Amino acid sequence: MVSIRPGPVTVGGVALDNHLLLAAGILGTTGSSLNRMLSLGAGGVVTKSIGPYPKDGHAGPCLAVLDDGILNAMGLPNPSKEFVDEVAPLIKKPVMVSIFGGNPAEFARVAGWFEGKVAGFELNLSCPHAEGYGAAIGTDPGLVEACTRAVSATGVPTWVKLTPNVTDITSIGKAAERGGASAIVAINTVRAMRISTGLRRPVLGNRYGGLSGSAVFPVAVRCVYELYESCKIPIIGCGGVSSADNVIEMMMAGASAVEIGSAVLNNVKIFETIKSDLYKKDGLSPKEIIGCAHHG
Amino acid sequence: MPTMDDSLSVPVTILRVRKETSLIRTFVLDRSFPFSPGQFVMVWVPGIDEIPMALSSENTITVQKAGDATTAMFALGAGDKLGIRGPFGNGFTKGEKVLAIAGGVGAAPLLPLARADCVMTLLLGAKTESELLFVDQLDECTDVFIATDDGSLGFGGFVTALMDDLNLGVYDRIAVCGPEMMMRAVLAKVEEKGIAHKTEFSLHRYMKCGSGICGSCCIDPSGLRVCRDGPVFSGDLLLKSEFGHYMRDASGRKKNL
Repeated sequence: MVSIRPGPVTVGGVALDNHLLLAAGILGTTGSSLNRMLSLGAGGVVTKSIGPYPKDGHAGPCLAVLDDGILNAMGLPNPSKEFVDEVAPLIKKPVMVSIFGGNPAEFARVAGWFEGKVAGFELNLSCPHAEGYGAAIGTDPGLVEACTRAVSATGVPTWVKLTPNVTDITSIGKAAERGGASAIVAINTVRAMRISTGLRRPVLGNRYGGLSGSAVFPVAVRCVYELYESCKIPIIGCGGVSSADNVIEMMMAGASAVEIGSAVLNNVKIFETIKSDLYKKDGLSPKEIIGCAHHG
Repeated sequence: MPTMDDSLSVPVTILRVRKETSLIRTFVLDRSFPFSPGQFVMVWVPGIDEIPMALSSENTITVQKAGDATTAMFALGAGDKLGIRGPFGNGFTKGEKVLAIAGGVGAAPLLPLARADCVMTLLLGAKTESELLFVDQLDECTDVFIATDDGSLGFGGFVTALMDDLNLGVYDRIAVCGPEMMMRAVLAKVEEKGIAHKTEFSLHRYMKCGSGICGSCCIDPSGLRVCRDGPVFSGDLLLKSEFGHYMRDASGRKKNL
């Protein structure tokens, strides 16, 4: 297996402890659980998406565990501005605050609460199951560019997380780049549904949800590969990564770092597990691997 | 049989509903879920919500009317359907000589522990006699001492006061489930006696996923997940924690107790 040499990692303007970040929406509701994941080996953490107003999220069920993935529709539950107190003790740690809003002004307002208190922002332009937010904006290149610009204008590193639920993800990636994004995160969940045949209704309270986990890994690799060909800013690969070999594959597609979410379901110590397989003193420089599948 | 993945919600039919107290009912299901006492399931009330519930036996859940989902459940009867995910969580640590302390609906997860034949003594508390849960069932399998806030049955006062009459050194484990303020009082007492490490508390927190990934039930300052690392936690881990002070609501905002 290909391994990489340990060393300092800076991606999209953010210094990380390693190439593996905790993905948004996973154990990111409280400062103490984010801190726990950092102590369990995450090279950086992305918080639960924070919006302009507190939200309770959708009525349950909010999650269904499938053989090879997870289907969820949380509905962007978040404490809004009170979250500032949650991340305050983590200042100077590699914490990215995920932000959502209904328009550029709302994105800017939420970002303002956290300026100077976190390492950067990740814009959630891709949640597939919350009306008027997330993917409702993330499928429109003009809105993506405007929302990105509203936050990147702060000068704080701004990553933009993209939805795969579009015909051409590169047009959205390029819009984020035009808006001043310092990196692209691809992908958010894939819009999906399961139905309980016993209860004759969709298994999620919100009916529609987003699919994550191993099932979407090939979709994520394809999206990262396409974005690497059309964008210049770094890409953070996200979607079904659960092993060191998956990390290497994402890097070969063009990812400079990866985010890990669903794999936490089976192993809360997944970061340590992957790190011990991924990093070897005699491993390759990440530069030799990132995007190497595009050559020849 | 439905041909779905086993980890999806399992459809169950309610066989009958038993009224336990004015606010508590037991729902008998047509399927059994092998579990360890203290583990819980996610109960899906179709069209309403999905909430965590302790199993009171392999095929029963015992529910106190509290929010939307439990209120909707109280309108259900024989033949109606629910979805069940789980069991989840860790359950109580096995002991040889266990003291169990139950307050209100907290007797539900402690009944299967008492039936497992390891509970020597059980302290059962409620506001008033008519709200005592599982008095007869518990009497059949363990030595029960009762306290009611209004003195209508047994000792008049809080269940914690009954601890003063026991030689706590006799027990190798203490298992506690009840309202959080009652559990906090028990924790203060066992801390004072230097036995917090052998005392376990079953926590109740708002949960969305029940599977250990969404983070809505994480407790401060450890960041441990009530649904996966708990819901049963050792007293010494809870001493300097949010336990007894605050919890978080569906949005993640702190609510003082």
